[in-house]
Amino acid sequence: MTTHTTAPETPSTPSTGSEPTGIVPIPAHIGRALATGGAVLTVASTFLPWTWTSDFPGDLTLYGNPGGLQLLVLIGGTLTALLGLASHGVKQLGWLVPAGGTGALTLAALGTFGTAWYTIIAITAELGGLVHLEPGAWVLAAGTLTMLTGALAQPFERPVSEPADPDDTRRDQLRHNARNKLAVVRAALASGTPAPARALPTYAEILVIIAAMAIGLTVFTYGISTPHDESELFIGFLIVVGFCFAALLKAGLVGRVSAITSKHRNITMVGAFVAAAAFPFTQSDDQYATIGVYILIFATVALGLNVVVGLAGLLDLGYVAFLGVGAYTAALVSGSPSSPLNFHVPFWASALLGALVAMIFGVLIGAPTLRLRGDYLAIVTLGFGEIFRLAVLNMDGTSGPDVTNGSNGISAIPNLNVLGFDFGQEHTFLGFTIARFANYFLLMLLITLIVVVVFRRSSDSRIGRAWIAVREDETAARAMGINGFRVKLIAFALGATLAGLAGAVQAHVTYTVTPEQYQFAHVVPPNSAFLLAAVVLGGMGTISGPLVGAALLYLIPAKLQFLGDYQLLTFGLALVLLMRFRPEGLIANRRRQLEFHENTEAPEVLSKAGV
Amino acid sequence: MTTDTTTQDATPDATAPRETVLDARGVTMRFGGLTAVRGVDLTVNSGEIVGLIGPNGAGKTTFFNCLTGLYIPTEGEVRYKGKVLPPKSFKVTAAGIARTFQNIRLFANMTVLENVLVGRHTRTKEGLWSALLRGPGFHRAEAASRARAMELLEFVGLAHKAEHLSRNLPYGEQRKLEIARALASEPGLLLLDEPTAGMNPQETRATEELVFAIRDMGIAVLVIEHDMRFIMNLCDRVAVLVQGEKLIEGDSATVQRDERVVAAYLGEPFEGAPGDEEAAEVEQAEAHAQAQAETEEEAAAEAQAESAETTTDAAPGKENDR
Repeated sequence: MTTHTTAPETPSTPSTGSEPTGIVPIPAHIGRALATGGAVLTVASTFLPWTWTSDFPGDLTLYGNPGGLQLLVLIGGTLTALLGLASHGVKQLGWLVPAGGTGALTLAALGTFGTAWYTIIAITAELGGLVHLEPGAWVLAAGTLTMLTGALAQPFERPVSEPADPDDTRRDQLRHNARNKLAVVRAALASGTPAPARALPTYAEILVIIAAMAIGLTVFTYGISTPHDESELFIGFLIVVGFCFAALLKAGLVGRVSAITSKHRNITMVGAFVAAAAFPFTQSDDQYATIGVYILIFATVALGLNVVVGLAGLLDLGYVAFLGVGAYTAALVSGSPSSPLNFHVPFWASALLGALVAMIFGVLIGAPTLRLRGDYLAIVTLGFGEIFRLAVLNMDGTSGPDVTNGSNGISAIPNLNVLGFDFGQEHTFLGFTIARFANYFLLMLLITLIVVVVFRRSSDSRIGRAWIAVREDETAARAMGINGFRVKLIAFALGATLAGLAGAVQAHVTYTVTPEQYQFAHVVPPNSAFLLAAVVLGGMGTISGPLVGAALLYLIPAKLQFLGDYQLLTFGLALVLLMRFRPEGLIANRRRQLEFHENTEAPEVLSKAGV
Repeated sequence: MTTDTTTQDATPDATAPRETVLDARGVTMRFGGLTAVRGVDLTVNSGEIVGLIGPNGAGKTTFFNCLTGLYIPTEGEVRYKGKVLPPKSFKVTAAGIARTFQNIRLFANMTVLENVLVGRHTRTKEGLWSALLRGPGFHRAEAASRARAMELLEFVGLAHKAEHLSRNLPYGEQRKLEIARALASEPGLLLLDEPTAGMNPQETRATEELVFAIRDMGIAVLVIEHDMRFIMNLCDRVAVLVQGEKLIEGDSATVQRDERVVAAYLGEPFEGAPGDEEAAEVEQAEAHAQAQAETEEEAAAEAQAESAETTTDAAPGKENDR
């Protein structure tokens, strides 16, 4: 993160003295050829069988038909080959690496290598022995090894490292050397500053946006529809996607695309919405649409929390309670037989009611607690979150008034029926059949859209600036005439309202609302801990951050079932590592990104709500 | 500098009878057993620049905080244009008193323009609904705010850096930005808490010009400063605060001549021989330092009011190394 602390590392200007060299000591042109050739060999190997039996997940036994992990390696290999060709200076591929540098090729090669060798090791370990590898796998091993060697031979500017002080203790010397090595690795992965973008005609820029959205939809759909019992495939997917994204980021391509998307923000939003809406139509059955709708609920609530945490800087650890308030409100007026209220209101009314009741709760809880700052606020909101759950648990007619049925919750919530469109039934549009969860997915997407618009518009306004000002320095903000308490209360209530709105849909999706769904920490998202993690992991103060964070936090536990009891442990470890190495989250807010790269020239327009 | 003071008389505001902008009466602030400010009276009239000086720990910033609603005075009251100020700092700003901070408190991760826009908060009314619905009124107000903010940035000379993050500005520009941000709330009185702290002489001169320009906009200024030359050039009146009490108030010459002020900064001479010797030594050293300063200034060909110089330089000697 602190690349600016290392020595200047612009590859185009070789410093005096030492010739830039790669990690592997082979001449650069041979290295480039090796990398490209290895990548081509890798691609070729994916058309050969890797193992003889189809016992290994994803059928890897066929000629000319890459399946499962082979497809992933094929994609990684192709990208590496293209980057390798680009490093040869092929003019037609210059657009792929606007930032130049060797980092992109190295990262892509690393990702492909990692996936390939992970596959080989997994085959060997699962089927028991190297004998299960077909020649294709050996070609793959050779190809990826060549490719990685070549990529690591790319010359880069080595940072000037000082030798360790001989008077230091041994431990300090080791640490010093480790730091130097880390600096070298960082320099190896560094890239130059992107050349100024050539102005594209508007239609081309829109095409780029459409392509980016299509790729996004494909990646998401692929990830969501990896079978639950084939965690190898999902791990391979994570490796390839992670490294390829990092490679493109280093190449400067991601930056270029996001510059285009922030130029056409409305088109991007429409594009993203259409891409997301297309998701249920790519599914042949309802199995993965279920995951889709749960991810969407989780992501929407996380985005609502992002108003509170990301914009206003209020650490709310009891946020899921507002989702619960919305869900219970909608469930009570849904006409469910187990609801003590015996009436049924149309969906629009129950959604508004859910949002309104959640807002009232937000104000009621916010008014006393928002006078506190920092940690105290977190503790009190944590308490209120638990109070909600316990209160709901006890309103069962024996220990309290009969409202919520206690631990049984309100069950058999009927499906929505809006203008004669029954959400519980299958419907056929233009030859596509979409079933119950797909219906709800589309409805939830509409709610997500509302939340996105609310987030974007509120953050880019007088009130949004006031939130950021209060977050940055409350005393100064008050001295500028901002009523700190009032704007914080607005943020808190707005966040609660959005969660309540999502809750109203959630009640219908899950059939049943019980107090257990709304605790602080639980293995199944959404709960307060996971919501906060999604916001922090994705990137505070951005729109796409919580969406990506929520998708990852939902998919990873769902797909990596073999982790079992260690799920929460790995989750914690992953969070610690992320906070150490990328504190601004996966998708950094421009504002936060600038904090970490103070030397870069401030851009023309600082996008306030992220990409 | 005297010319600047007189040019101000030509502006329309000044010809009108001078209105009392700030009227603090008997302001006392106690923290437990400690009385930080004791019964301070201070008035600031429109079109005036008033200085507030005193040794470190004299209670100047505490007094400022009492004026701006950050602290609620234990006793006494503060009136702004005849109305008693509410005890909340954001309401004080809304009433028309803006301030800067001794240690710069900008919104570091907002752009320069955004910082000034935050200062516009009290003068705009668009709430959450307006932001969500984005009617024509919202766009108009937003555009007007931006235009006004850019004007202010132009005024302090930061317009070319409008899109920079404020944390990346050099120190002097951060001070200027803080002033622009305070001006954005359209104050009738501007409180500056050590506006030249940490500045080099050129930057101090620029700040002086800026403060005069602000006064010429019809905004009264109350300024805390340790740099005596700055204060004496700038202020129509100077109040001296020592150990929480107001020692003296008057024009700069009166204050400079007052022995109690000198004593407050340098301490009183002892009775008897050793004290006399010490005093003589100090005087000698001062004379030497002054001679040096004068030669330097001659080299710089700067015409200064020399008679005032002796006490000005000697009294707050600790601050002159800035």
